[in-house]
Amino acid sequence: MSRQPTNAAPDATTTAAPQTAPEKRVLHDCRNAFAETLIELAEADPTLVAVCNDSVGSSKLEGFQQRWPERLVNVGIAEQNLVGVGAGLANGGLLPFVCAAASFLTGRALEQIKTDVAYSDANVKLCGISSGMAYGELGATHHSIEDFAWLRAIANLAVIAPADPEETRQAVRAAAAHRGPVFLRLSRMGVPDVVPEGYTFEIGRAVRLREGSDVTLIANGTLVHRALDAAELLATEGIEARVINLPTVRPLDGAEILAAARDTGAIVTAEEHQVQGGLGSAVAEVVVSHQPVPMKILGVPGVFAPTGSAAYLLDRFGMSARGIAEAATEVIRRKRAAS
Amino acid sequence: MNSSRPSAQHLAGIARRIRRRDLDMIYEAGAGHLGSELSCTDLLVALYFGELQVDPDEPSAPTRDRFVLSKGHAAGVLYVTLAEAGFIDPAELATFMQPGSRLNGHPDRKLVPGVETNTGPLGHGLPVAVGMAKAAKLRGESWRTWVLTGDGELQEGSNWEAAMAAAHFGLDNLALVIDHNRFQQGAAVADTNDLAPLADKWRAFGWHLHELDGHDFDAIFAGFDVARSTRGRPTCLIAHTNKGEGISFTRDRVAWHHRVPTAEEYAQARAELTEVPS
Ligand SMILES: Cc1ncc(C[n+]2csc(CCOP(=O)(O)OP(=O)(O)O)c2C)c(N)n1
Ligand SMILES: [Mg+2]
Repeated sequence: MSRQPTNAAPDATTTAAPQTAPEKRVLHDCRNAFAETLIELAEADPTLVAVCNDSVGSSKLEGFQQRWPERLVNVGIAEQNLVGVGAGLANGGLLPFVCAAASFLTGRALEQIKTDVAYSDANVKLCGISSGMAYGELGATHHSIEDFAWLRAIANLAVIAPADPEETRQAVRAAAAHRGPVFLRLSRMGVPDVVPEGYTFEIGRAVRLREGSDVTLIANGTLVHRALDAAELLATEGIEARVINLPTVRPLDGAEILAAARDTGAIVTAEEHQVQGGLGSAVAEVVVSHQPVPMKILGVPGVFAPTGSAAYLLDRFGMSARGIAEAATEVIRRKRAAS
Repeated sequence: MNSSRPSAQHLAGIARRIRRRDLDMIYEAGAGHLGSELSCTDLLVALYFGELQVDPDEPSAPTRDRFVLSKGHAAGVLYVTLAEAGFIDPAELATFMQPGSRLNGHPDRKLVPGVETNTGPLGHGLPVAVGMAKAAKLRGESWRTWVLTGDGELQEGSNWEAAMAAAHFGLDNLALVIDHNRFQQGAAVADTNDLAPLADKWRAFGWHLHELDGHDFDAIFAGFDVARSTRGRPTCLIAHTNKGEGISFTRDRVAWHHRVPTAEEYAQARAELTEVPS
C-alpha cells in the first residue's frame, strides 16, 4: 500500500533547510513501536492479552502470537463481538488490548465502545490500527477519518493519537498504566521522529515542540512533522510559528490551547480526519468559549476521499507543509485585519 | 438464463482471460487481493455471462437483476469482469488504484457502472441484498438478487441477522453464493473461528441449501437453477472453491490473500495462465 503518488503536489519543503531534509529522513511505521511495547508490557504483566479480528498481521501481532499463543484472542472477522469480548475479558480480571483496523473497530463497534467499554468503565485499551487515510487506495471504507468525532463525543474515553515511534511507545505504556477506557489511534503511514530527547508523554497533556509568537500550529499523529516543516517554511519568511503536538484529543489540554490563543492570537489546526468534529473542532470549542482568535481548521473537507495514497491525499487536501504554511499566513492576515 | 447459457468450455476461456488480466492489473498496481479474486473468478464469470439479466448499455434499468459483491476486497476481478462484460472500457483497467481513478481498491457505485452498493467492510452485502429482494417483492417484480460473500466474512454477525430476515420474509428471489475457499486473511477459517457445520447453519436458519464445485461451470449453473426453482425461501449456494485457484503456487496458500507477485512469480503465473489446460 505504499506506492508513491504519481501526481502529488510538488514537495513544498525544498526551499527550507529543516533539521534533516525531508527526503533524507528515516520514516517509521509506528505499528512496530506499538507491537514491541505490547510485548514488553506483556512480559511484565501476565494479565495483558491481545484481542483481534483476523488482524494478526495488520496489527503486527505475529511476535506476540508466537510468544503467547494462548494470550492472543482472535475472534475472527467480527468487530462487535471483538469489543464486547474485550469488555468481558476486562471484567474477568485481564488487561485487554483490542487491536483492529481503526475504521472497523470504531465504525462497526461504536455502540459496544460506548456501552460495553466507556459507559461500563471497562478497563479496555482499544487500538485503532492504520487509522486516518493510511489505507490510501483501499478507499473511503477503510479510511478512519471520522473516529475523533465519534469517540470524542463519548464520555469516559481517552482518545490519543501519537506522532512518532517514541510517543507511540510511551502512549501504549500510559494506556496500560491508566485505569479506564483508552482509544489509541495508530497509523501505518511512515513518519519521522518528532518528539525531542527526554520527552515525556502524559495523557491529556499537549506539548510545545517549537516556540513562536505570530501564530500557533496545532497537530497530532501524522500531521505533526508536516506542521514542523510548515514552521520551518514560515521562519524563512520571518514568521515565528509555535507548534503544539496535541496527542490527546480527549481529555483536552485547555490551558495550553488558551495560552496559544493568548500569546499568538491566531491558530491553525491540521489533522488526518474530517474537519468536522475532530482535533480542530475540539480546539475551537475551547478557543471560542474563552479566547476567540482567528482560526483555520485543516482536514478532509467533508468528502469521501478519492483514490490515492495517504500522502497524496494529505497534500491534495491542503496539508502539505506548504499548505499548512499558507493557512498560517491567512490567519495572521485575519488577525492583523482585526486589530 | 438456462437455455441461452454459453458452454462451459467457452466460459473457461473467458475465465482464463479474466484471471490473466487481473494478475497483470495487480502486478502493475502493486496492490490487490490476488488469492481472493482468483477464488471467485469462475463464480463471477458464471453470473455475468450465464445468469444475470443486466445490460451494460442500461446499467441502471429498474428491473435488472441485482448483484452484490459483498467481499469488496475482490474489487479487481469485478472490474475486469465488468470490462469483459462491456460495463467499463478495458483500457481503464490500467488505472486500477492510481490517484484519482474510478477503480478504487473497493468498488464505488457512484463511479463504476454495474456496481450496486459500496462494499469493503465485510458483512454488508447480505443485509443490503435482503432489502433489494424485499423491494422486488413489494413492487411485484420478477428480477432477482444475487450476493457473493466470502466464508471468513460469515463471522460477522450482520450476516446472521440478515439470514433470519430473508427466511422470515420468504425471499425466494434472493440467492447467496458463499465463496467457501476455507481461508480468510491471516489463517484458515477453521483455525480462526470455525463456521462448521456451515450447511446445517443455513438450513437451521430456514434457507434452502445446495453445495457445488465453484470451479465447475456445469455445477455452478445447476446450483443457479436450484436457486431459481426454489419457492418460499431464499437459497444459499455453498461454492467449494480454492483460494488462489488457477496459479499453482497461490492455490490454497493464505499468504496470497493480498500478496503481490515478484517479477519472477509474475512470469511463472503468467505462463500458467496462458497455457490452455487440457
Ligand atoms: C469489517 C471488516 N473487518 C475486517 C476486514 C479486513 N479483511 C479484508 S479481507 C479479510 C478476510 C476475508 O476473508 P473471506 O471472507 O474468507 O474472503 P476471501 O478473501 O477468502 O474470499 C479481512 C479480515 C474488512 N474488510 N472488513
Ligand atoms: Mg475465504
